Amino acid sequence: MPIRVRYFASLRERIGRAEDSLDAQPDLTVAEVWATLQPDRPLDSNTLAALNQEYVEYDRRVSDGDEVAFFPPVTGG
Amino acid sequence: MHIEVCEHAFSPWERLATFESEHGPRQGSFGATATFVGTMRDFNEGDDVVSLTLEHYPGMTERQLERIVSGVDDRDGLLEVLVLHRVGQVVPGDPIVLVAVWSAHRAAAFAACRQIMEALKSSAPFWKKEELKDGQRWVAQNTPG
Repeated sequence: MPIRVRYFASLRERIGRAEDSLDAQPDLTVAEVWATLQPDRPLDSNTLAALNQEYVEYDRRVSDGDEVAFFPPVTGG
Repeated sequence: MHIEVCEHAFSPWERLATFESEHGPRQGSFGATATFVGTMRDFNEGDDVVSLTLEHYPGMTERQLERIVSGVDDRDGLLEVLVLHRVGQVVPGDPIVLVAVWSAHRAAAFAACRQIMEALKSSAPFWKKEELKDGQRWVAQNTPG
């Protein structure tokens, strides 16, 4: 199962799509998922990351079938 | 607890009354109900705002809100929590969020209502895009409470 990578809000608009798919590789981190899919865009330190719908740090490792999400600071309420 | 992401306009007062009568704590068991209603303004950062579009991360939003409610520190006499949050397009005057807390005494109700609202603002995955008279912009960050 590939890794499903989702983008939200202003990040989705800047990237121009809502999601990507990536084949899992051993020991891939959240930061490396971003770097693989967005080689021309450095990961902005304001960007939040979630793994399987829970907040994680960029160094968390991902596995087959995981859902990774990247999004800007939240502004609800 | 009851948590709901609402795709359509809602009346917080009607929802509050209905929830309390159908799912609220037993009458007589609570002595305090604290409610917060967040409503859309027609101004932000010095500009007139015509409408807002609220986006969320379905699934993660509900999980995060459950985590926030479960993480309330002062649970002394805390009986029930209701959280409603709009998504989609809203116009000035529309309610965006309702947080209601029922407890035996007022301290826990006030504290939980405030804590839930502040945590929602800083960690629930919702985003606002403003429609101005001359264009659109994403709200970059929430102001401190």
